[in-house]
Amino acid sequence: MNWTSWLLSGFLATLALSTLLSASQGFGFTRMNLPYLIGTFVTPQREKAKVYGFMIHLGNGWVFSILYVLVFEARHMANWWFGALLGLAHALLVLTVGMSLMPGLHPRMASEQHGLNANRQLEPPGFMALNYGVQTPISVFLAHAAFGAILGSLYQLSRAAR
Amino acid sequence: MHPLEVQKDSQTARLLPDQDPQNAAETVGPPWPQIEDYGIIGDCRSAALVSRQGSIDWLCWPRFDRPSIFAALLDRDCGGHWRISPVGSAAVERHYVSDSNVLETRFTNHSGSAILTDLMPSSSRAARESILLPDHEILRKITCDRGELELEIEFKPMADYGKSKVQIRDCGKLGLRFLVGNAVYWLRSSVALTIADGTAYARLALHAGESLRFSFSYSEQAPAVLTPLDASLDDRIEHSVKAWQNWGRHAAYDGEYRDTVVRSALALKLLSYAPSGAIIAAPTTSLPELLGGDLNWDYRFCWLRDASFTIRALLELDYWDEAEDFLDWLLRATSQTQPRLRILYSLYGDKAPVERELEHLSGHRDSRPVRIGNAARDQLQLDVYGEVVDAAAQFAFHGGHLDRDMQRALIGFGNYVAQNWDQPDEGIWEPRCGRQNHTHSRLLCWTAVDRLIRLDERGMLHGAPVENYKRISNEIRRQIEERAWNEPMQSYVSVLDSDQLDSSLLLLSWYGFEEAKSARMRATHRAIRQHLGTPDGLLLRYQRVKPEGTFAICSFWEAEYLAMGGGSLEEAQQVFAQLIKYKNDLGLYGEEIDAGTGSALGNFPQAFTHVGLIGAALSIDQREKGERQLAHRPPAATEHSASEVRS
Repeated sequence: MNWTSWLLSGFLATLALSTLLSASQGFGFTRMNLPYLIGTFVTPQREKAKVYGFMIHLGNGWVFSILYVLVFEARHMANWWFGALLGLAHALLVLTVGMSLMPGLHPRMASEQHGLNANRQLEPPGFMALNYGVQTPISVFLAHAAFGAILGSLYQLSRAAR
Repeated sequence: MHPLEVQKDSQTARLLPDQDPQNAAETVGPPWPQIEDYGIIGDCRSAALVSRQGSIDWLCWPRFDRPSIFAALLDRDCGGHWRISPVGSAAVERHYVSDSNVLETRFTNHSGSAILTDLMPSSSRAARESILLPDHEILRKITCDRGELELEIEFKPMADYGKSKVQIRDCGKLGLRFLVGNAVYWLRSSVALTIADGTAYARLALHAGESLRFSFSYSEQAPAVLTPLDASLDDRIEHSVKAWQNWGRHAAYDGEYRDTVVRSALALKLLSYAPSGAIIAAPTTSLPELLGGDLNWDYRFCWLRDASFTIRALLELDYWDEAEDFLDWLLRATSQTQPRLRILYSLYGDKAPVERELEHLSGHRDSRPVRIGNAARDQLQLDVYGEVVDAAAQFAFHGGHLDRDMQRALIGFGNYVAQNWDQPDEGIWEPRCGRQNHTHSRLLCWTAVDRLIRLDERGMLHGAPVENYKRISNEIRRQIEERAWNEPMQSYVSVLDSDQLDSSLLLLSWYGFEEAKSARMRATHRAIRQHLGTPDGLLLRYQRVKPEGTFAICSFWEAEYLAMGGGSLEEAQQVFAQLIKYKNDLGLYGEEIDAGTGSALGNFPQAFTHVGLIGAALSIDQREKGERQLAHRPPAATEHSASEVRS
């Protein structure tokens, strides 16, 4: 896969992931707002946080897409369902390890152990981000599966074109 | 001046009933507060009603017209409430912190006293840029300032208008949490609460100098933001007081009734919905117009009927931003149906929901049914065209600019009126008994074309078929003068060719159709007072079929009619002074007043009544100073002779 197609497919996959998560939020399935959560790492201003968070999330998406590509190369396998499987594994990692680390990493997030203070006021996600709604894990799994499926498909296409 | 300085007109203390929980098994629950026993707090998105017992008995989040989480106002048992009050008997005094919407309730008994502060906080731009703040929040703080007071805290939320219990989960140091749909509610308390059966409860003694702090918040779209219960909460209360005071003290009125007018302006501001600029009629549903009766309606919508009075009040108190927002909302909300207008709209200009009854609620003091939605949404009321056009005309006459889209919309309304003015309609009082030829509707159709003609004459409106409007204006005038005047009764009448009276006939002068001092208007006023007046100086809105209270705004219309030349300045002042005796201890009015007891009736607090109060106070003040009353009228000094101005 060349750099241009990696950038493009990473961008498209991240866009699809963001769109699915935003749609889940808009339809009331979850209160998890990834751009907001990421953006509040750098600013407490709600609207700015969403913009900054979206840009950082896009960057994250590209970084993660490299990892996906490395796995595709290592396994000599790239298609939509293998990508989706990787996406599900990715989602599991985010929901378990990622979410449990959030209160410790996020400068504005409260924690169930230490409570909150003037700087740490954001509701923590809890196990599997269930604090943000019981359907949150489903949204996250679906969005990441789509992310992986798009990357897998595009990688397969780019290999076929070579 | 200290921001926590109290309002001058704090009132006599009243005793709270005994709420000893040791007797709880024997008692059904605390007695019903009267409607006027409530105060309002809000943040221009939603509002909560707080009783004298320190109980939040009404709250809908995230906006006025969403299902309630506390509705004890409509059902003591299953509505849901959040009470912070002393155990046993206590005297209660309350007031808003001067010129603010921060409510303070003082409980006093033989052992001590405490002050409960209630508010929905506001925040500055600087605060929003430096810290995270909840989208929707109520702050409560109770401080014991003398002796010791035994307190009871009972937090019992009920979802969806009391239909279902919630499951409160104790999240340790983060607070208590429950979910309703996808929304999360967080209660943070500086005292540990015991959870049982969907209720969080505590009973404790508070000693002099001690405080308890609470934050109750709501989040629907994002992870919640939780509030620390340290001294920063006190800073937020103080900031909110200052923010409200800055707003309240901007009111351009320094007349005799300054505190009453500013309180009405603050109440009106609480009924505005900041995201869209809409102003709702009242924050409640189904508070009865007759105790035990079925005249119970949902008022959490925006009636175009109020537009002209509201714009006038805002403009003349120099609240230009609010007036512009409201006018923008009026023209934007109606854009889907223009040139036709509905009589009421939701907060964002949609059609109000279908009316339905909530059979599981007992209603306020057993006044069934409780309704949500409003069936008047399908009524035809031709007066709304005049209200909207007059609102825009007042805006322009005060110096506002009508852009091309606004002008196009106004001309559309004018053309609709020109084609439909002689149709029967439901009329201003929305009786559900069919259409008639209402004089008030004709008056407002005349007002619509008259204002468009005046706007054209002043070069503020371009492209209007003015000659047609002039012809229509003359036709309507002729019809009103011939068919709405009842010679044997010596009065204008509410329906053409009839002998019915209603108080809206006093508005013939307000809109400039006929001078207040004309023989016909004076005779009409006498007839209205004779047939619709009460011995205590109040007015019914019409000759009633079903018993109901006197309609508060009608009485303010009478005061204003007198101030505009229908009587002497002293007469207007007397009527006004009598009316302001009926405000509650916080300066709030409902829709109606029980002539027998003076109690408030109907939804509470009511924007229409407060707008009427402001209008009457303005006209009295203007008469006193010889200034112009109402933007479409000439200066009062030229209208009233010098001797008339004072006497």
